[in-house]
Amino acid sequence: MTDLTKLSLAAARKGLTEKSFTSSELTRAYLDAIEKANSSLNAYVAVTGEQALAMAKTSDEKLAKGQGGALEGIPLGIKDLFATKGVHTQAASHILDGFKPEYESSVTANLWRDGAVMLGKLNMDEFAMGSSNETSYYGNVINPFRAEGSNADLAPGGSSGGSAVAVSAWLCVGATATDTGGSIRQPAALTGTVGIKPTYGRCSRWGIVAFASSLDQAGPIARTVEDAALMITSMAGFDVKDSTSVNIAVPDFAAAVERGVKGLTIGVPREYRIESMPAEIEKLWSQGLDWLRAEGAIVRDISLPHTKYALPAYYIVALAEASSNLARYDGVKYGLRVTGKDITDMYELTRAAGFGREVKRRIMIGTYVLSAGYFDAYYVKAQKVRTLIKKDFDDAFHAGVDAILTPATPSAAFGIGDEALATDPVAMYLQDVFTVTVNMAGLPGIAVPAGKDGKGLPLGLQLIGKPFDEETLFAAARVIERSVDIDFSPKPWW
Amino acid sequence: MSVDAKTVKRIGRLARIRIEEHEVAAYQQELNAILGFVEQLGELDVAGVEPITSVMPMTLRLRDDVVSDGSYPEQIVANAPLSEDNFFMVPKMIE
Repeated sequence: MTDLTKLSLAAARKGLTEKSFTSSELTRAYLDAIEKANSSLNAYVAVTGEQALAMAKTSDEKLAKGQGGALEGIPLGIKDLFATKGVHTQAASHILDGFKPEYESSVTANLWRDGAVMLGKLNMDEFAMGSSNETSYYGNVINPFRAEGSNADLAPGGSSGGSAVAVSAWLCVGATATDTGGSIRQPAALTGTVGIKPTYGRCSRWGIVAFASSLDQAGPIARTVEDAALMITSMAGFDVKDSTSVNIAVPDFAAAVERGVKGLTIGVPREYRIESMPAEIEKLWSQGLDWLRAEGAIVRDISLPHTKYALPAYYIVALAEASSNLARYDGVKYGLRVTGKDITDMYELTRAAGFGREVKRRIMIGTYVLSAGYFDAYYVKAQKVRTLIKKDFDDAFHAGVDAILTPATPSAAFGIGDEALATDPVAMYLQDVFTVTVNMAGLPGIAVPAGKDGKGLPLGLQLIGKPFDEETLFAAARVIERSVDIDFSPKPWW
Repeated sequence: MSVDAKTVKRIGRLARIRIEEHEVAAYQQELNAILGFVEQLGELDVAGVEPITSVMPMTLRLRDDVVSDGSYPEQIVANAPLSEDNFFMVPKMIE
């Protein structure tokens, strides 16, 4: 029998409905693969084997009767940021030690409603704060890709590093992820996988550990564009429990995948040609435009004049909201408690011990920019800049642009413990330079593998769409996917 | 705007994160690096620009003012490090 873990979601679904194999067999194949790989890749922080096999058995009973939902029997990995009832949910942080929620996040509930099977919880940067998955309390996640001729470990990107690696290294069919400034798209690009951050409001935030509430969105990481479309069709949907959830119908996204780009206008923002851009990223970008042109798209230069201000404004908005959201971890309601001589002492010691260095640094910045006397200069100013960034995009779309093509990241995967990145906090933040504008404007963005660098490491392109027009992104990303004549499978060394 | 050691300690207090004496210098340097980076927003004239309130045009939904959830205190305290009779337990706050 072929290796079941190598199948795409679409192929696995076909195999299950045609009874070529059962969900129990598929699930067991993944559990075996995780068992073999996880000590090397560290993608999972908790494996829920028994629960997975029980869910698979239920699915098999339905499938045997020709019943079942859109994802019936499909084994998925879940980022540790999603609350899963009775199961490890710690945002990869020490401060949530032992936390097992009494409730289920809306997004994962939607997946289980449609028959998906949970394999376990995926590693991530602590509280989704990081771009290399090096801030997790559970240790670094290792990229399954290595530079040609080297056996040095590379970072998978972050914060959804565990999600991207689990998908890339065949440790789940697809994974849930979240994106506040690029946390779906950047790790997807660095691991040769497809990741989409949908429009703000498309997926419910209820039951997802909050980082920056006005920017956070859930989305899938998958092996193909079609797989991502299938997953998000289940994940998305209106939810009264999230006040920013948008009450709009969820289309059958997979139906849009083969729609093509004929007649679409693709914008190329000149401000994304940053000075330090490597030649191979530049080349990848023009190659992507050629592919879209060849299928009938019209390519047009556009200007998004406030692009350079997106990253500094992001770091004000995101960290201000984070400092507020993370105030709830106080040693009283859940997780870690370090006793102190009085309650303030307990708070301070608990938070000092429970949060990692990057999280503390971000809470400190957020607290500072919100403190008396600085609120207008920082937070209000950043929210005004955000209005300008959104207007840049609105203007481009009103002028007839259907989608925007940019690189996904400024480089391919970098080393674990990269010194230049470790010594300068701002250098790591620059990983999000192409993705963060999308969160600031609430738009959908997809990262799709489009090439490899000189060392054989995957590179991705990003497509940015109009609000709630993920369908165009799937169609255009699919054109890139089928134009790329490269295999994005890592060579197993683990 | 540059952060000094005293400010680092004050921010630590506001954030309820204990900053040990030997950590102050590192935080000071990192906070100044990040604040220096965001300083470039100063170049931008935002006079007359409204701060964004919602990326998607929407008004907050209202619901009926009725109890729609609750009555499971044991679930609320299930994850508490210390609880008694469905109450969270904290160190004594009032003498």
